[in-house]
Amino acid sequence: MKYAFFPGCVSQGAAPELYPAAKLICERIGIELDEIPGWTCTGAGVMQEKNQFFADTLNARNFAKAEQMGLPILTICSTCQGVMSQANKRMAKDSDYLAEINYHLAEEGLEYKGTAEPKHLLWILIEDIGLDKVTELVTRPLAGIRMAPFYGCYIVRPTEALDIEEHPERQTSLETLIETLGATVVDFEGKTRCCGFPILTINEKNSMAMVGKHTSEAKDLGADAMVTPCPLCHLNLDGYQPKASAQLKRKVDLPILHLPQAIGLAMGIDPKDLGLQKHIMSTQPLTVKLGARR
Amino acid sequence: MDVTIKIRRYDPEAEQPGSYWEEFAVSVADNATVLDALIKIREEMDGTLTLRCSCRSAICGSCAMRINGHAGLACKTPLALVVDENNAITVEPAGVMRVIKDLAVDFEMFWDKIRAVEPYLQPAGVEPEGEYIASNESMLHLSGVTACIMCGACVSDCTVLEVDPTFLGPAALAKAYRFTADPRDGNREGVSRDRLRSLSEETGMWDCTRCNECVQACPKGVAPMDRIMALREQAVEAGFTNNNGARHTNAFTESVGHSGRLDELRLPIKSVGGVTNVGAMLSYAPVGWRALTHGKMPPIRHKNVENVEQVRRLFRKLDPDLAGPQIGRNSPFG
Repeated sequence: MKYAFFPGCVSQGAAPELYPAAKLICERIGIELDEIPGWTCTGAGVMQEKNQFFADTLNARNFAKAEQMGLPILTICSTCQGVMSQANKRMAKDSDYLAEINYHLAEEGLEYKGTAEPKHLLWILIEDIGLDKVTELVTRPLAGIRMAPFYGCYIVRPTEALDIEEHPERQTSLETLIETLGATVVDFEGKTRCCGFPILTINEKNSMAMVGKHTSEAKDLGADAMVTPCPLCHLNLDGYQPKASAQLKRKVDLPILHLPQAIGLAMGIDPKDLGLQKHIMSTQPLTVKLGARR
Repeated sequence: MDVTIKIRRYDPEAEQPGSYWEEFAVSVADNATVLDALIKIREEMDGTLTLRCSCRSAICGSCAMRINGHAGLACKTPLALVVDENNAITVEPAGVMRVIKDLAVDFEMFWDKIRAVEPYLQPAGVEPEGEYIASNESMLHLSGVTACIMCGACVSDCTVLEVDPTFLGPAALAKAYRFTADPRDGNREGVSRDRLRSLSEETGMWDCTRCNECVQACPKGVAPMDRIMALREQAVEAGFTNNNGARHTNAFTESVGHSGRLDELRLPIKSVGGVTNVGAMLSYAPVGWRALTHGKMPPIRHKNVENVEQVRRLFRKLDPDLAGPQIGRNSPFG
């Protein structure tokens, strides 16, 4: 299957391990990724708080390019997923709004017809590819690994923008996938709460309190690792875990995996090729337990 | 319909007070609400069950509680829509606020925050000779926010209040927007400068994480988070930009407007006011060092996207104040 690939800024910036890991597993599954040429940032909700129209226009520009490619959009970032879905809904609801956006895109020879349906890799695996295909490729089941799902916000809320009513399975997609990989789900209250990343530079104390709360809660329930479909959540939960841990006055040491890394591990791919050594929180206890590394 | 209602109970007068779960098996009509089941439990099974309710029509805002972990009105939630495969649900008191008994919580914190935003019109300057004139559109725009029934569902599920009770929170900030967006509030142009100034301070509008919990929880479509985003737009517009939140949104937009993508190396630096903010720079140092030594530092040279001229053209057209005439030649992001 072929998709118009929307990687998002973070997978090539502060979380550079995500992009190659996603490419690797997609190749194994047989997902062909054709990157949208010159794609721009979705605005991540931040631009929307200042100038929603500009941000939505940039999103429509990405959508129009995917339409030209004639391919459905695949993203590997929950925040991009949420922001794209919200923008898409605003345009679908208000034809005048879309017309105004198209007026500005016309100068570049682009027009968004309204047919895009951006989808996260997580949903595509379950809805388009099918879990049978994933199961088939699991050569090193994550048996004995206790894994906590961390959705974050944008891929679960608001439900209306994400078509959750038509796709109720999306609400448990991460648990479904964890089980498909052979790991045990560690269900915990914080799984759909905020990781704190959006307020990192604004109120670091609160941001760190969120990281500390979620990671320690999962750890206390016996989690060996946490897995997230959102690279921004990963930045905070992994990159800032030492700081959060210091604020909490408690060692947590919980490895945080990007979704494609967890899948890659179960497919028997070398942890190094998945970029696990790039994490701030050591993933070694996990890979050792899994027998993927000495 | 036979359902199992698992209730998180708490009795402050128990010998050893503490919360515990109790299950009740009840038979209710197929179209019964969660509240119908709770009332039946109280009337027929356990008279000590404490809960607040009044109108049963989603108007009074008394019966907000957590159903299956998320806040909502018990009277507005049909059981059939929320029961699991075993026909069971969980019911807990609203979050964040102190539990008094069972499903009743103390609303003092809620009202303190509403009072803190001075919830009444404050026109500045000379009063008009006749009545204040407000356009139909402006009032229709406000009807979305005035639909708030003060049930506290948004406060219950707010991810910031969960870790920091000093945050003004979704209900109070949405209420504040009801005034800042009212043309009769503030100066002759309807700009509520004093409100926007104080709401830009710590514990105010910029502390929201945009997690959408309040949008999801609100039973009346107030969408508090969207109002907080609108407050931010008003505050930046009114020139209250000397804070990390406003700097962050401006720097983010500038980065994307100039290059098409986010410059993750420079954004956090610009958000705290630049490299001259020595304290912030020092606090970044360990995080930056860890990123560098793990091979995950964002690129020093931030690249432009293909066809960046088209992005800059849109930036100039759609956000001229921020783009400025020099965009592309004298970009702050290079």
